Amino acid sequence: MSSPDPIAAIKAEFKDRIVSWEEKSPKRYYITMPREDITKVADFIFAKQGARFIIASGVDTPEAIEILYHFAFDKLNKILTVKVPVPKERCEIESIAPIIAGANWIEREIAELLGVNFLNHPNPKRLLLAEDWPEGKYPLRQEPRSNR
Amino acid sequence: MGKFWALKKSIWVFHMCTGSCNNCDIEILDCLTPKFDLERFGILLVGSIRHADVILVTGAVTRKCLPRMKLTWEQMPQPKLVVGIGSCALSTGIFSPGYNIVGPVDKHIPVHAYVPGCPPKPEAIIDGVVKLVGSLG
Amino acid sequence: MNQKTIIPVGPFHPLQEEPEFFELEVEGEKVIDITVNIGYNHRSIEKIAESKTFDQMVFLVERICGICSTSHPIANCNAVEDLAGIEIPERAKYIRSIVGELERLHSHLLWAGLAGHFIGYNTLWMWVWKYREPILDLFEAVTGNRNHYAMMKPGGVRQDIEEGAIPALSKGLDEAEKKIEMVTKAALDDPVLAARLKGVGILSKEEAIDYCAVGPTARASGVDIDVRKDEPYAAYGLVDWKIITQEDGDVFAKVVVRLLECFESIKIIRQCLQKLKTTKGDIAVQVKEIPPGEGIGHHEAPRGETFHYIRSDGSNMPVRLKVRAPTYVNLPTCKVTVPGESVADATIILAAIDPCYCCTERLVKVIDRERGRKWKWEDLLRLSRKKTERIKKRMGISHE
Ligand code: SF4
Repeated sequence: MSSPDPIAAIKAEFKDRIVSWEEKSPKRYYITMPREDITKVADFIFAKQGARFIIASGVDTPEAIEILYHFAFDKLNKILTVKVPVPKERCEIESIAPIIAGANWIEREIAELLGVNFLNHPNPKRLLLAEDWPEGKYPLRQEPRSNR
Repeated sequence: MGKFWALKKSIWVFHMCTGSCNNCDIEILDCLTPKFDLERFGILLVGSIRHADVILVTGAVTRKCLPRMKLTWEQMPQPKLVVGIGSCALSTGIFSPGYNIVGPVDKHIPVHAYVPGCPPKPEAIIDGVVKLVGSLG
Repeated sequence: MNQKTIIPVGPFHPLQEEPEFFELEVEGEKVIDITVNIGYNHRSIEKIAESKTFDQMVFLVERICGICSTSHPIANCNAVEDLAGIEIPERAKYIRSIVGELERLHSHLLWAGLAGHFIGYNTLWMWVWKYREPILDLFEAVTGNRNHYAMMKPGGVRQDIEEGAIPALSKGLDEAEKKIEMVTKAALDDPVLAARLKGVGILSKEEAIDYCAVGPTARASGVDIDVRKDEPYAAYGLVDWKIITQEDGDVFAKVVVRLLECFESIKIIRQCLQKLKTTKGDIAVQVKEIPPGEGIGHHEAPRGETFHYIRSDGSNMPVRLKVRAPTYVNLPTCKVTVPGESVADATIILAAIDPCYCCTERLVKVIDRERGRKWKWEDLLRLSRKKTERIKKRMGISHE
């Protein structure tokens, strides 16, 4: 099922779609992909290459909300992070929870903390915040950093 | 504290966590186990708030917990006493800048005894509860 | 439909990262669905971290969870070190592993006791917790505190283990090992425990992979992942030990994995203590500046992989810290393990993941749909205990 060198396989599979590719160390890889491809990428890495999905992180940067999908190849001691920038104007991305059951909660969490809309999520309910938390207020969005 | 004389002999405690790191909570449970053995003072941890004389509150009170905490406190029979355990319950501690923290506990319900520490040692918790008992009636 | 009852469980459980609120949907005795609500303990730590310096952050993440209170600091330091490309001194590596493994010992024992409490074996609870105390004493000897050890910092550890303290530590460890051995034998040979836990709440290997389960939950289902082996950080690559796995995926397998892991931990600590005698040198390197960039660190906590992601912009505070605790991915597996089982087994299956144990606390409020029947967590515990009694009777073991 999985190839002996999944990193090379991913590179070959998506070579004309990859926006940037960084090999920080032999253990850590960061690639940037356009958001249209995320379901294909997740399916390829998780289902075909047998990686373990660790978690996704959302980061608010000045340009866009970046969503980072962290995948682990445990036996090869490599962690591959797929970065997907989501512009703030149309803040939505296809959900990968239908492909990876373990992504269900984290997508709900990112949705409420960072205000990213996950399309076709199986259960897009609120996860962490209180029932009376105001809609449209996203605690992990950055305020202008005047205090630093 | 005249009306509390009834609690002097054997107080039953209920334990409630309102958003702690659960270290205070394991230390409370630790008090019950053979090394510290709170039951020799007649103190028993009960499973239902309706049976309790004292609640031990830990944690910095998160927004989602607040209504539950108040409800639990209201359901407690009179006379009721509250002990706040750990820096979180006392002052929200390290979590005070958080957006989801609405504590400390005594902002919302009256607290009768404070046990500081992060986490307080079981000896300190026992001491706090015993002092509270000593101050009754 | 008209036979459906919803049993709320929670939200007050003292011993876990997040108080949870379970709703069990039952038909007669059988659970047909379970919903998990979390967030009662959401303390916005990731946001607070953005206003802490890298050194302060360690103390903050230490307070994510009181039971894994050294796992998060280790993972966090791993992440900072990955970001800045720091290599820690060898002596610091051994000390990190010693503290990490002591924590695994105390956490697994704590869990075993509470699992016993759940199925009505309070004797097991009291015994195991009694034998857990010496380990806390070891902690006090090594770090100065029973919990929240404050041992880690980016670049190494804060406190050394003096040569003179090693014999006492070894002795304490030997004694603890004897006790753990006794408890393990007693638990694994107990026919009642076997009858009660075998074949209950099975998580298949495929499901474990699909839900991305980690730690003992995954290893009990035959998935041999363990960060300590797969990415040997600290001293785990320098000492000899093995990963414990089981194939069955039921609650009993999880018990076996945890209990046997205790012995591996003791093995690791022993070797580290030995190595400390011969490895001299610093216990930390100076960390001057954290460059801009990203770092990922993980650590095998008692419950599974703890994952930290840090992004820095070159200042003394992180721009973003992402924390993933193991329970976050282990807990959703109850969606497949609990439905189909009887109500009496639900408590122990939920507890087997090791997210929540002493659920003596919850709110007295029962959502009751059709039948007008009141269920409380106490009722569940009672059911669970009754079942143990029944099994004991069937086996002809008196419970007096
Ligand atoms: S006071 Fe300290 S130990 Fe207690 S819950 Fe708060 S952070 Fe945890």
